[in-house]
Parts: sequence; structure tokens; C-alpha cells
Amino acid sequence: MSDADSPDDRGVPDGERGDANEDFEPVEVFPEGDLDLRSGADSCYKCSTCDTNCPVAEVDDEFPGPKFQGPEQWRLKRKEDSEIDPSIMDCSNCMRCDDACPADVPLSQMHNEARAEYVDGQMSKFSVEYWRNRVLANYRKGAWLGSKVPRLTNALANNGPLRKLGEKLFGLTAEREFPEFATETFREWWEERGGAATSKKRAREARADRGGADVQSEDKRVAYFHGCYANYNTPEVAKAMVRVFEHFGYEVAVPEQGCSGTPMFANGMLDDARRDAETNVSNFSDLIDEGYDVICSCTSCSMSLRQEYPELFTFEGTADVAAHTYEALEYLRIHEDLRGALDEAEVGGEGEELAYHAPCHARNQGLDRQAVELFRDLDGVGVEDVGDSCSGISGTYGWKAEKYDTSMAIGEEMFAEMADADGETGMTECPTCAMQMEHGTGYEIRHPLELLEDALVAD
Amino acid sequence: MAIEQDVLVIGGGLAGATAAISAARTGADVRLVSSKQPTLRHASGLIDVLGYTPDGEGPLADPFAALSDLPEGHPYERVGRDAVEAGLALFDEIVGNTYEGNHTERNALIPTQGGRVKPTARYPASVSAGLASDERDALLVGFERLAGFDASLSAARLNATGVPFTARGAAVEFPELSSADPKVTRFAQLLDRDEGVDAGRGVRREVTERVTTHMDGEDRVGFPAVLGDDHPEEVRADLESHLGAAVFEIPMGPPSLPGLRLEDRLYDALDEAGVRIETGNPVVGYESKSRGNGVETVLVDRTGSTVPYGAEQFVLATGGLVGKGIESDRSGVEEPIFDCHVAHPSDRYDWFADDAFGDHRFARFGVDPDRELRPRDAHGKIEFDNLRAAGAVLGNYDFAAEKSGSGVSLATGSHAGRLAGENT
Repeated sequence: MSDADSPDDRGVPDGERGDANEDFEPVEVFPEGDLDLRSGADSCYKCSTCDTNCPVAEVDDEFPGPKFQGPEQWRLKRKEDSEIDPSIMDCSNCMRCDDACPADVPLSQMHNEARAEYVDGQMSKFSVEYWRNRVLANYRKGAWLGSKVPRLTNALANNGPLRKLGEKLFGLTAEREFPEFATETFREWWEERGGAATSKKRAREARADRGGADVQSEDKRVAYFHGCYANYNTPEVAKAMVRVFEHFGYEVAVPEQGCSGTPMFANGMLDDARRDAETNVSNFSDLIDEGYDVICSCTSCSMSLRQEYPELFTFEGTADVAAHTYEALEYLRIHEDLRGALDEAEVGGEGEELAYHAPCHARNQGLDRQAVELFRDLDGVGVEDVGDSCSGISGTYGWKAEKYDTSMAIGEEMFAEMADADGETGMTECPTCAMQMEHGTGYEIRHPLELLEDALVAD
Repeated sequence: MAIEQDVLVIGGGLAGATAAISAARTGADVRLVSSKQPTLRHASGLIDVLGYTPDGEGPLADPFAALSDLPEGHPYERVGRDAVEAGLALFDEIVGNTYEGNHTERNALIPTQGGRVKPTARYPASVSAGLASDERDALLVGFERLAGFDASLSAARLNATGVPFTARGAAVEFPELSSADPKVTRFAQLLDRDEGVDAGRGVRREVTERVTTHMDGEDRVGFPAVLGDDHPEEVRADLESHLGAAVFEIPMGPPSLPGLRLEDRLYDALDEAGVRIETGNPVVGYESKSRGNGVETVLVDRTGSTVPYGAEQFVLATGGLVGKGIESDRSGVEEPIFDCHVAHPSDRYDWFADDAFGDHRFARFGVDPDRELRPRDAHGKIEFDNLRAAGAVLGNYDFAAEKSGSGVSLATGSHAGRLAGENT
């Protein structure tokens, strides 16, 4: 309601004032579906700060930027017969614009919605691009199959001629090496180890060791959202998460789960995302009722559960899951004396120097500095922040043949900063940022949880 | 409770950064929490102390001479002249030779993008050749497709204000840009990288070639403030040597490169001071101490979950109405985190004046502190023993009309931060 509608309006003589409740019939100016984003569009005052934070716009003059893709496009498409501009597919869903906006415009939500509308209504379901994107977005399905025969998959995936063929026929860049599949998935390891029962036992022992307090604990429970990558490709990260949390006395549960949805949002496959989200929300909210908090080890997964789910879905329990989801490091910083523990700890070896890159999805959660801050106090290791640039790969984005050059142009600043840093090992929370860091510099990349495990969990 | 500091500063702008650095220098363990990217990139980069009196007299040649006449309750009146000088001294130390103006207590006059002249106390070195008191003729150069700066219009307005020189305007096409709507940062990046246009000739050289054709004996050339982000000194030096004339920047609206550069410098200084920094999550509330009237923790909203942050001392530097440190709706005006008292007329039609440039009450909305910058309630009683406020969240001054925003942030930020640190 504008000022002019106010019954207190001084410009209207008393006799002409009607009873607002009786006479006022709201006119629906912008008929809407599920998501009414008008208030967001109205909040944009065109300061363009989002555009100056967009890593794609930085290297691609043709990309109109988040201000256009969000509030401006939202208004334009109020007109009948208006179409979504295809450039929406050039947005990499880094979500930096959200953090940049001083007016709280829900930019990434607008982009997700516009992208889904574009894919639904304007993209041919018979195009190679559509199917390529769909396969990339549904990485988990391919990974499930691939992980059944990991050695064969690894050999095939990194066969040069096959990769060239993949680029030609399917639009997957031949420049990148596929991530290796682990010979044993995390879930296989977890089951083998005895699942939640073993974790409960170990957590209890750890609590007893730490002074006997809380041997019976109702609160020290976490449900692990491992995501696809830690399960199929880097189970060492997932194992580190389990061991570190058990070390602090937490009982870990690993419920059945699908993909977090990040690659699906980024490719406009909202229906695919909705299916997995429903499974995740249902399984995790059951555990939240039993006193569990949800822990992620990938910042895109936690971003998705915390922010994108409530923005896009309305399943029962969605808000509950969002409110109880944390990044692993973040959770320990809040609930444990992690600083004290690291003060006393050290990592062996020659004094390793790590070049740390904060993923965009850590930045958006305000977690971009926590690893550097935390490991500052740890003996035997130095962590250097390599700056605030985006790595450029953005999940599936950098795998697309037509986006590869953009992806590498964005990453250039990070590669240079890494080369300037003292160490020759990288560190980041995001598996695809890790891929890009490795691809651009040849460095080995670690996860902060692995470093925590080295420092805190004695063999 | 695991996230705990001696001093916690809420807000990452000029006041918050200054407070955090001052507190850290007392030896305190300091954390700075800011809800979004700092809004410094929305600022011109000019550091105003006092350009006009609250009665509208000015431009003032000497801001310090006017300090003693300020009304009771004005932030400068609260902290006193020493604090204003301490804030500026801290600033001068942080920015080093990238800023000028500290050789004198007098204000400098800087041409703005709209062709007006603004009194300011400190200014980026990049604008110093543009001072309006300088008698050298100036060519102002705009770039086609860069919105917000019309060089001919600015020049005409400058001449009309009676500057002691002649200004002329010209516009050139910026090389290497294909976008129809390029961002200011794009111009800066192209100049930073000085990539080749053809045959090894970089963007910097190409720009100056195009400008040279418009020059008519001017000794100085003004550009909109997009001359580099990472290497502004180098960009300007190159342009100067190619043009054979002094080069200066004209401060622009948001997003502003001088603001971004200042932000980088301040955050480097925060890092050096050992301040722990978190941006991206807002502080949404607090918990009181079980005894006395102190703040025990503030509550940070982390994308859905609320996390308590503890400290002995707190500094509130969340900004004014624009920065959302003060909020208003139809029923009232409030400080949203601690619900500190904000005096305002109960009838909202008294919040503003009818004249657009009149004396608007809303411009002075904010919390009302004692001399140690602790917010006071409606009866003048201190609201919390361990909470201080700094910057635009303070009331009783109109920074836009007085041109005093940065000076108040520096003076109250350094004062609040030092007191917070000393009380741990």
C-alpha cells in the first residue's frame, strides 16, 4: 500500500474518506504463480553493486549481469509473450550478487526461477545441450553407476580420444580430466565399519576419555549430509568428518540422501532438484526431531539446504532443516572450544604452507574467513588466503565446452594468487573449486576437515 | 559458547573498521561482524569532516574552527576535538600516501561528477590535481557508455560556480569495450591490465591518443574515477606521461572505485591488526547479562540458524537509515538490534519538511549517546554498560547537509573502539 492509500492521508478531506476496509479492493497488478518476487524487484534501486561483483560479467562483456537477470528481467517478463533472455544460462549460480546487494534483493532466487522457466519453456528437450546439462546436473546417477566399476570408469573417463569424442558429440570439454572414483565409496566404508552403532560407541568412548561428562548424551548427535562428491570421489573427506566429530564426542548418523540440488538449480532442472530435495528434507527432518543437527562438508550443499530450499520449496520440514544445517567447521566453532583444541595441537612434518581459496558458497554464508582464522593458531602449518576471486568452475559450468574459456578466464586471478603464495598445496571446502585449483596449478588440494583430522585425531 | 572475544564490533563500514582497529591496538582480541559487503564501495572515497554548519553556513574553510559551536548532542560535541583529531590521525596512518589533505587543517574544494564543488578534509591522491582552487585550466573527459558523467555539462557547471580556471568537456569512446552497458569496474580492469588494442598498443595509450585530439593547451585532464582498481597509481602515471599533463579523477556515485580502494586498504589494516572478520550474516538481536544492564551476547543469523557471539564490550556501527542501522515504518523509528531509544516525533508527518532541501527531521534520526558514546534512553540513562555506538547510527547530526559523514565515523569509531578495548 502506498502512502496515497492511507486512510490517514491529510490530502483527503474528512468527508471524502471511505472506510478502507470496506471499500478497498486490491487490484492484482502482477498475477503470480508459486513465487511472488515483486517485493524483491521493487527493492532494487539499481546501484549496480551486484554487477561489479559478478565473476562472469567481469570476463564476458556480453553477459548483462545479475541486475538484469534478476529484477529487470522479472519486470520485463510481466508482459505477455515475453521470453526469458537466453543469457540466463551464462549465469554460473555463484550467488555473489546476494551478498553484494545492500537492499536484500533475492537475486539468486530470481535467477534460479528465471533459469527454470527458460529451460522449461524455451529450451528444446531434443537438444544435445539439454541432455548434456541434464546428465551433468544429475551427476549422482552417473556416479552411482561409475562407482560400481571405479577402475574401469577411471580408465575410460580419462582416455584422451574418448574425451575428444565427448566434447564433439556431447559438449563436454576435453580439457578437463574427470575426477577419479574411489575404489570404495564412503557409504560402503560406513556400512563396513558398523554404521551408526559403531559411531555411537566411539563417540561414547571419546566422551568418557574427555572427563566422563555426558557419557549418555542426547545433544551430541549429528546427521551427516555427505553429498555426492564426498561419497563417490573423496571419501577421505567424509571419513575425516566422521572421525573429527566422534573425537569431540558426537554420534554420527548417515541417512539415505539424494543430491543437494545445487547442480540442478544451476542448470534450471528444478523438477529434478525437487525430487531429491523432498527425500532430503523428509529424512533429515525426522532426525532433527530426535535431536540431531545436520552437518555438511561441502559449502554448496549447506548453501542449498539453508538458503535455496526455503526459497524454492515448501515441503514440510524445509524451514526446520534450513535452521539446523551447518558446515562442519562452523558447527565445531560454535559448539566446541575448537580454538583451544588447536592451540594445543600441532601437525607433524616440515611445516606445511597451504594456499586457501574460499568458495563463493562459503563466502555467501559468511564462512569465507573461518579456515584461515582457525588455523592461524595451529602449529606446524601456515594458511594463506589467496584472495576473493571466484575459482570459475562453478560446479558443472566449467565442464561445458562452450563455457570452458570463461571458466578459466575467471579462475586466472586465483591461479596467479596461488602461484604467488608460499605453499604448493591448496585448500578449500568445495570439491569443484578443488578441481579447478588442481587443473589450473597442478597443486594437490586438501579439505580443512582433513587438516583438522591430522591435528586433532591421534592415530 | 565458543565464539567469544574481548570486543565485538557490529558493522563493517568506516566507523566499524576504525573501531575494530582502535580496539585491537589496545591489545584486545577483536571480532568484526558485518551483515553484507561493507558499503564503503558506495562512498565517494572523500573524507569530509565538516563542510557546512548545521545552520547551513559554508562552505567552511576550517572545519575545526566550527567544532566548538556545534549544538549539544552532536557527535562531535559528544567526543570533543581531540577525538576528531585522533580519528583523522588513525586514518592518515592507515592510508599512507594514497590520500592527501593532512598537511593542513583547512578543507579542500573538490569538483564532483555533477560539476559542483565540495569541501572535504582528506581526498585520494588521484583527485588532488583536480582541486578547484588550482588555477590551471582543465579538460574534463567522459567515456561514451559510462553513465553518470557528462563531461561538457560538468565543465559548464564548474565554470558557472566561478572556479578560478576554465573547464572544457569532451567525450571519447573507450577502447576494447563491447558491452552496451559496461560496469565501472570493467573500465578499471581494462586500464589495470593495459591489454593490447593492436600492435602492442595498450588501452592506456589508446585512451590518451583519443584524448589528445581534444586538448587545447590544458595542463590537467580530469576523468571519471575509474582509473584502475588494483594499480591506480600506475594507471594514472602512465596516462600523465602519455598526455604530458596532470591527470585527476572526479569522484563518482556508487559503485565507486575510490570507495573500493579505500575498503581494500581498511580491510588490509584490519588483518594486520589481527581483527577477526566475518561478513555475510546480520546481527539480529542480543541477550542481556543475568546481572546488571550489560549485553552478554549478540545473536547472528546464519542463513536460518541463530548463533550467539559473546564479548565483554560491544560497538554498534551499523549505519543510519540507508545502512539499515536505523529502521522506520509507518508506526515509528527504531534501532533494530538492541532497541536503543531513537527520539522521533510521534506524528510521522513531522519527520520531514515539505521543501526537498529543507530541514528534515529524519536526517538526524539515530541513537543519543553520552560522552563515552553509550546510547541513552529517553530519560538520559545509559542503556547498556558495555555497548557503544559509532558512525551513522548516531543521531543529532545531518551528515548529508553538513558534509560530516566520514569525519563522524572516524572520530566516534576510534573513540568507541579505544574505550571498548581499554575496558576489557
